[in-house]
Amino acid sequence: MLKINNLHVEIDGKKILNGLTLHVKPGEVAAIMGPNGSGKSTLSYVVAGKEDYTVTDGEILLDGVNILEMEPNERAAAGLFLAFQYPLEIPGVATMTFLKAAMNAQRKSRGEGELSPGDFMKAVREAAKALGIDPDMLKRPLNVGFSGGEKKRMEILQMALLRPKMAILDETDSGLDIDALRIVAEGVNAQRDPRHGFLVITHYQRLLDHIVPDTVHVMAKGRIVKSGGPEIALELEKHGYAEYVGEAA
Amino acid sequence: MNATILPIRTPAETALAERFATERARLPGAAAVRAAAFARFEKTGLPSRRVESWHYTDLRSLMRELAPAAGEAAVPAALPEFEGLGHRLVLVNGRAGAGPLPAGVTVEPLATALAAGRVALGAAMGAAEDTIVDLNTALAREGLAIRIARGAEAALHLAFVTVAETAVSVASRIVVEVEPGAALTLVETHTGPDGLACQQNIVVELALGAGARVEHVRVNESGDAALALSTLAATLAAGSALASLNVSTGGAVSRHQVFVTYAGEGATLSLRGATMIKGRQHCDNTLVVDHAVPHGESRELFRTVIDDEAQGVFQGKIIVRPDAQKTDGQMASNALLLGDEAGMANKPELEIFADDVVCAHGATCGALDENQLFYLMARGLPKPEAEALLVEAFVAEALDQVRHEGIRAALTAKIGAFMRGRAR
Repeated sequence: MLKINNLHVEIDGKKILNGLTLHVKPGEVAAIMGPNGSGKSTLSYVVAGKEDYTVTDGEILLDGVNILEMEPNERAAAGLFLAFQYPLEIPGVATMTFLKAAMNAQRKSRGEGELSPGDFMKAVREAAKALGIDPDMLKRPLNVGFSGGEKKRMEILQMALLRPKMAILDETDSGLDIDALRIVAEGVNAQRDPRHGFLVITHYQRLLDHIVPDTVHVMAKGRIVKSGGPEIALELEKHGYAEYVGEAA
Repeated sequence: MNATILPIRTPAETALAERFATERARLPGAAAVRAAAFARFEKTGLPSRRVESWHYTDLRSLMRELAPAAGEAAVPAALPEFEGLGHRLVLVNGRAGAGPLPAGVTVEPLATALAAGRVALGAAMGAAEDTIVDLNTALAREGLAIRIARGAEAALHLAFVTVAETAVSVASRIVVEVEPGAALTLVETHTGPDGLACQQNIVVELALGAGARVEHVRVNESGDAALALSTLAATLAAGSALASLNVSTGGAVSRHQVFVTYAGEGATLSLRGATMIKGRQHCDNTLVVDHAVPHGESRELFRTVIDDEAQGVFQGKIIVRPDAQKTDGQMASNALLLGDEAGMANKPELEIFADDVVCAHGATCGALDENQLFYLMARGLPKPEAEALLVEAFVAEALDQVRHEGIRAALTAKIGAFMRGRAR
């Protein structure tokens, strides 16, 4: 589903990713763990199409199509979703207005008609309820004044409504208390099925207690340095990243 | 006359002097007031960039010629309308037609009211002096005197429309008295033909009685080659409240001035602006808020969206006089530059002579936030849609205090139209 091959990325002449290769199959939940500064967030931004980065080599294929030349909105329409580590506050744009615009924009690009107001309201209400989101929050400007946990829940709500083929969760656990973490994890688990892929980026193992991955990849200095099963996460929790930081240096 | 008369240099200044000489005998009202106003104008001429308050809008070079005075014309079929705003008076080339009026409202031609001594020109100007107001005072023949009776509540739409085949000039004056305890919603719209360098100089004087409330909305959709000069001069009696919004998308060169004088304690003022300009448009919002008495409150919020190589100007002066203790003034002007060649001059000024006051100002100028754009695009919104959503949100804040739903909806729609009209 998602195939990243030999990806090299720079920002302002500084190399961040050094030949990163990573494949995620349909139905797979892959986790990337790595120390701060290993390039995890850069990877998520580059896949989603943020402009600031220069890809000097490699390719990113989504269902066999290279998405590197696509605009972020085209990637979204192709089925890619990034749950941001720091969701942006958008003053003046009501959350509902935004959700509707996003859903309809993606439907339009797939040649589907706009959602009826009734269907839209129903979908949002159900998804919000499952994530314990107060309906009043949906009337407020997007993410403005939301707590860290509320912002992360809002990301998962968007994921639930947009139903992407491939979702990347960038440190979705950061800033969450244990209850919020469980709700967010349940939101992700509810969407696991054989057709959807997930890439969960995290610094800590605790998220992976709740979203149990099929594969775990260790990232250091802009590359994947080790791949395996969930046992790797437990190992890292015990011994830390020192071994990998040293190895890649 | 002991004023020193400088040689009048530009063709426009010469033509203005000729027009005053021809018209003065036929102008209604106190001749001395008109003569004094024209004498002040003659002393300085049209303001150039050397005059501080006109530094960013060099009228002397922007108005080289005076267009001929507009004649009478028929009322056009299509006029701006606001849903649920009942009473509309149409002013074609500054001349008011008759129309049904809400209860508690009396309207008479300016000339009649001046001749009978029921109104005086310039009463709402306070200590402010301004050249284009002087010119209007000297030359305005057409206009209206409007009175809202004590305790009445009324809504009125003044539809100014320029109708002409060639460029014309219009000077019109509206004098509004809102009696104590009355409430008025006053909407001004300005429309005119594209492609003609018409010149408008419209002055609205607004005297709020004790406890009176006024919601004023001005919509400038003048023709794309027009020079649109306008002034709102208001005095606030004790406990009165004025909210005024200027929405400006039209004209080649527009300048809207607001002069507010606090005449009684405990008055509140909210001035807002929503400007959306493109191409080579120039739009100037200039405010002078004069807190002359204690316990006054003023809020200013101006949002300017500038595309292409258009130029925006905001000048906001808050004066707090020695007696005006406990004044609370907050002013913000924020500009969003969409075009690479777009420009904005932001000039907030506080002149504070009292020691127990709360005053603040903030001015910002920048492009759309790239991170916000990326976030919206990552959710599937194409760039133009993402930009439109952010621009609408930016401008909408200046509109959100408009209480009349029909007006607010119509104004919000104008933001969408502006963004859809962008040529990219």
